[in-house]
Amino acid sequence: MGLVTPDYGTIFWMVLAFGLVFMLLKKFAWKPILNSLKNREQSIREALEAADVARGEMAKLQADNELVLQQARKERDALLDEAREMRESMIEEARDKAALEAEKVVLKARKQIENEKLSALSDIRKQISELSIQIAEKVLRKELSNAADHESLIQEMLKDIKLN
Amino acid sequence: MRKWLVWCLLISSTLGAKAGNPACSKDTIHQAAQENTGHEQFDPGVFIMEHVMDSYEWHIMTIGETHISIPLPVILYTKERGLVVFWSSKFHQGHKAYKGFAVAQEGPNKGKIVEVDVNGEEDPSKSLPVDLSITKTVFAMMMSLILLLIIFISIGRQYRKAPRKAPKGLQSLMEPVILFIRDEVAVPSIGKERYERFMPFLLTIFFFILFNNILGIIPVPPGGANVTGNITITGVLAFFTFLITTFSTDKHYWKHIYNEEGVPWWLKFPVPLMPFIELLGVFTKPLVLCIRLFANILAGHFIALSFIVLIFIFGQINWIAGYGVSVISVLFYIFMTILEILVAFIQAYVFTLLSALYFGMAREAEH
Repeated sequence: MGLVTPDYGTIFWMVLAFGLVFMLLKKFAWKPILNSLKNREQSIREALEAADVARGEMAKLQADNELVLQQARKERDALLDEAREMRESMIEEARDKAALEAEKVVLKARKQIENEKLSALSDIRKQISELSIQIAEKVLRKELSNAADHESLIQEMLKDIKLN
Repeated sequence: MRKWLVWCLLISSTLGAKAGNPACSKDTIHQAAQENTGHEQFDPGVFIMEHVMDSYEWHIMTIGETHISIPLPVILYTKERGLVVFWSSKFHQGHKAYKGFAVAQEGPNKGKIVEVDVNGEEDPSKSLPVDLSITKTVFAMMMSLILLLIIFISIGRQYRKAPRKAPKGLQSLMEPVILFIRDEVAVPSIGKERYERFMPFLLTIFFFILFNNILGIIPVPPGGANVTGNITITGVLAFFTFLITTFSTDKHYWKHIYNEEGVPWWLKFPVPLMPFIELLGVFTKPLVLCIRLFANILAGHFIALSFIVLIFIFGQINWIAGYGVSVISVLFYIFMTILEILVAFIQAYVFTLLSALYFGMAREAEH
């Protein structure tokens, strides 16, 4: 049992006891401890990764939403534009049509007026001729009482007719 | 506040321990003085050596003439008499022979158990019996191993029972240490692919050394034995490291030893100087591992005991001087104890780290 000389009895017991304890600890302590530490780390890592993925998906979803929203906005704008255009074209068309119609009406009115005028004229002519006949009748009735005047009148009329 | 409490506790416990130790020491001196017949003078060398050396029984203290010690089994084997087992208390502190065996008090076999003749004299004709006694060191080593088993199997069960829960109690005390060994010692030294198979060994030696270092600082049983300051214990640990290193080597490791690249050829042929040095390194590495731990712990015990011994040396001159020196000695002893706690952790870490490095080197060459 020297201070620096190894003792074989101690070696024997040390190898035996340490070996046994090592085996027992390996099986019942280190393995479960290290395994569960590893599992725990892995599960934490996985959870973090899953969270990252979820966050990414969320961001993507948000981006998608944004995209959809933008598209919808664009579509709305397009619709509005279209509607505006349509409205304008409709107004234009209506205006054109109205103008055409008005022209037609005017034309028709003008024609009618012309007709009316013509008929009025012919009426007037007729009336004038009737009036003139009546006048002539009256004049004649009055004039014929005087033979000389009658004669001169006929002469005058004949002259007029010839001139015509 | 808490810090202050811890300090109080530390100091009071150290003082308490001290109160126990001088009582023990004093009587051991007495005993030592008795044993060294001829000179009644207190022999500090003998006193210190008795404390750090292995023995067949675990001496706690002596009050008057009554020795209080834990008897340990003596297990002997001789060709003629077969297996002989008895308690070490039968030797009566080594003064008496029992069943024809006694602890040699002098001669080349001093301290060992020898066969004696009827007169109680060592029988030179007979060879030494095979001695497989559970000595103080062996007993303390076994107790620390049982402590390891109790602590870590219970922790292991906790992990198995609640694998996904946060650690609690002892588990949360040990988990950072286990993670430290894994992430700061094993993984960087061995590499991510191979470290796992070495983890059980690294953890076992780390906690074994740490527990024994700390138990060695505590002056009362089950502490106080000098387990990691025993060259046999550290030698066996280093031998395990050597075995594991050697069995996990590949051809690159041996090629590196026998034919190191980048070394001038004339260092390898005709005189294989470099291979010889490299081969020597294979054995010196574990040897250094063994001696470093042994020397560090032993030195710590030596210094701490020396401060205690000073009290008795001065006490022999004058009792006032003895009491006067005791104040300084105890202060230094406290300081040494705190330093030893630090050393306990450092040496356990260094031994584990170097073992891990050697395991890593066994296959490093392939990179």
